[in-house]
Amino acid sequence: MPRPRPEPMQVVKQRRDAALNALVGEIPYVQFMGFTFDRRGDELTGVLNFDDKLIGNPFLPAIHGGVTAAFLEVTAIVTLSWAQLYPRIESGELDAEAMTRDGFAGLPKTIDFTVDYLRSGLPRDAYARATVNRSGRRYASVHVAAWQDNRDKLFAQGTGHFLMPQPRKDGPQA
Amino acid sequence: MVDKTVIAKQFIEAIPHARALGLELTHIGDGEAEIGLPYNPDLVGDPRTGVIHGGAVSAMLDTCCGAAVMSHPSAPGGTATIDLRIDYMRAAQPGQTITTRAVCYHITRNVAFVRATACDDDADRPVATASGAFTVERT
Repeated sequence: MPRPRPEPMQVVKQRRDAALNALVGEIPYVQFMGFTFDRRGDELTGVLNFDDKLIGNPFLPAIHGGVTAAFLEVTAIVTLSWAQLYPRIESGELDAEAMTRDGFAGLPKTIDFTVDYLRSGLPRDAYARATVNRSGRRYASVHVAAWQDNRDKLFAQGTGHFLMPQPRKDGPQA
Repeated sequence: MVDKTVIAKQFIEAIPHARALGLELTHIGDGEAEIGLPYNPDLVGDPRTGVIHGGAVSAMLDTCCGAAVMSHPSAPGGTATIDLRIDYMRAAQPGQTITTRAVCYHITRNVAFVRATACDDDADRPVATASGAFTVERT
């Protein structure tokens, strides 16, 4: 049997980018902090776009420890949620419009989060990638690492546990 | 001691990110600090519920813990976070100020240990708690 013709690249990119935007584009705090996400296939990289308001120690200067914590946590939550939604976005079961219109069950909720500060955050952009170490029906465990100039020199890492969004018993599920 | 308290208060209020969040330092001294985060729609994590994002709460907890360390009688000067663990108990009520109290309960020459609790108007049910280790910077 001949293999079906692959979808045009723009269709694929548009579907994935629109879904990612539906997931993170509407969160006021993420906009306020200026966190964005780079997507390569299903892989996400969180980007902290440096701004003066993210400074914690004006004398060094260095990024605020709370900003680093928030950046790691947002990257962990979005990566975890994206990993769950991605197969359904690809299968056509869920699209950006449905995610925006009906809402979906929501983002995972943080139960606990631990941040390891390895070196001070320099006043420039930072990047983070998260690894989902376990994701069950109710709980998930995620590790996240952040760097600035050199991928091998992390400036912070974190690990957290999350409560997965439960499908609603009535109405549209996601 | 009074001078250090005044300096610490000015220092906290001079932190650009603390200003961006609208943090208000309401008490500091003897290894204890209290900081308020007034409700702000820009900090919402879920627009459907209006609940403040955990990241903003984390930043407040971190700032408050750092302030508690700096105000400790045995702390010579500045501090930086080594590690911080945050537990989230529940969502904060939209519209209410979140208040954090931090206590530096032990300090050595190199490390300060801190605990903090964040509450909204219902002070009996914490929104989040934190515990962490901070550096003790020599001046």
